Amino acid sequence: MDVDRRGFIKLAGIAFVGLLAAKPIFDVFSRAEAPKIAAETEVSSKIKWGMAIKIGNCKDGCTECITACDNIHNVPDIPDPKHEIKWIWDANYEEVFPEQDSPYIANSLKSLPVLVLCNHCLKPPCCRVCPTGATWKRADGIVMMDYHRCIGCRYCMAGCPYGARSFNWVDPRPYIKTLNPDYPTRTKGVVEKCDFCEERLAKGLIPACVEACTEKVLVFGDLNDPNSDIRKLLATNYSIQRKAELGTGPNIYYVI
Amino acid sequence: MYDKGKIIAGIIIFLILITFPIWYLTAHSQTSHVPSLETPIGNECIEPTNWMLDNHMKLLDSWRNQAVRGGNYTYVASDGKEWDIALTGTCLACHDKAEFCDQCHSYEGVTPDCWSCHISSPTSGNSTASGNITGAQ
Repeated sequence: MDVDRRGFIKLAGIAFVGLLAAKPIFDVFSRAEAPKIAAETEVSSKIKWGMAIKIGNCKDGCTECITACDNIHNVPDIPDPKHEIKWIWDANYEEVFPEQDSPYIANSLKSLPVLVLCNHCLKPPCCRVCPTGATWKRADGIVMMDYHRCIGCRYCMAGCPYGARSFNWVDPRPYIKTLNPDYPTRTKGVVEKCDFCEERLAKGLIPACVEACTEKVLVFGDLNDPNSDIRKLLATNYSIQRKAELGTGPNIYYVI
Repeated sequence: MYDKGKIIAGIIIFLILITFPIWYLTAHSQTSHVPSLETPIGNECIEPTNWMLDNHMKLLDSWRNQAVRGGNYTYVASDGKEWDIALTGTCLACHDKAEFCDQCHSYEGVTPDCWSCHISSPTSGNSTASGNITGAQ
């Protein structure tokens, strides 16, 4: 294209006007300013949450802790065992501690119901295998779930040696008796588990299962604080962890 | 140029057709449906309304990250007031999902998947609906 002097000045003028217009147009589309984001994390790394469970102290047939947890967290009650969702539940002693099973196991321990939940491991294998960062270890020891990021690959379920994670094969909503609007439900296709009631801890409350237990079977506290109830209990009693030999560093202690 | 008349006539017809919605709207002076929001009366939102209009999705996204990833459940608004970070407990305490959120979202064809997990009614079930302001608890 042949541009003469006159044409060049015209083009330059148009380009200049265009440049002037860019600023107001940019302003219109960028008037949204990003919200202020608070500090990346508010979770204290000085704390290490843990729980002790006194084996054999449960009342016969009592499910107060399980009911409290299920109600608060909208955990569905799905009858099909292949689809069931569990945060805290009970299992027989010899299933919880398979390495302690023997033909001559003490009568007091045989088929004894023992409460089980996520162990909030020191080195959680579930977090190592999660491809999206949907589950991670918080500074205060809680193995946390972000359901927004979970893609339902179930690697974490394969990684967890305790079976503490449940997958939502179906929409859980119809199986929740009474919805607690203060806590979300989950959706089909995500994995869920106990999160030590981190939403209650943030408000200064103790986990719902600990609060609900009338027999004080569950003791919750800061394992880093030598004066905490849990540390005092562990200091004066013999306790075991589930599958400690795997090196996951479980933070649930079973007091015999 | 061959068939100059036909080509130019064709282009004009094409332009008329493609801009038809604009002429149609101009003639009728209004769209067939505009979302009408039921806004809570008397209550100011946690941030100025115009800012919320532009930024509510960014605010909710940052809330999600603060609460879930950061463990921080308190939002300090620009006027210094503190609010619980809770979609159902705080937002829906004033706004109705069907009369507020859905109005624009349906109109714009936006389908946020908040409600597949978050409960769209703050009073359903055995609720002890938490207060708006953290200090009130």
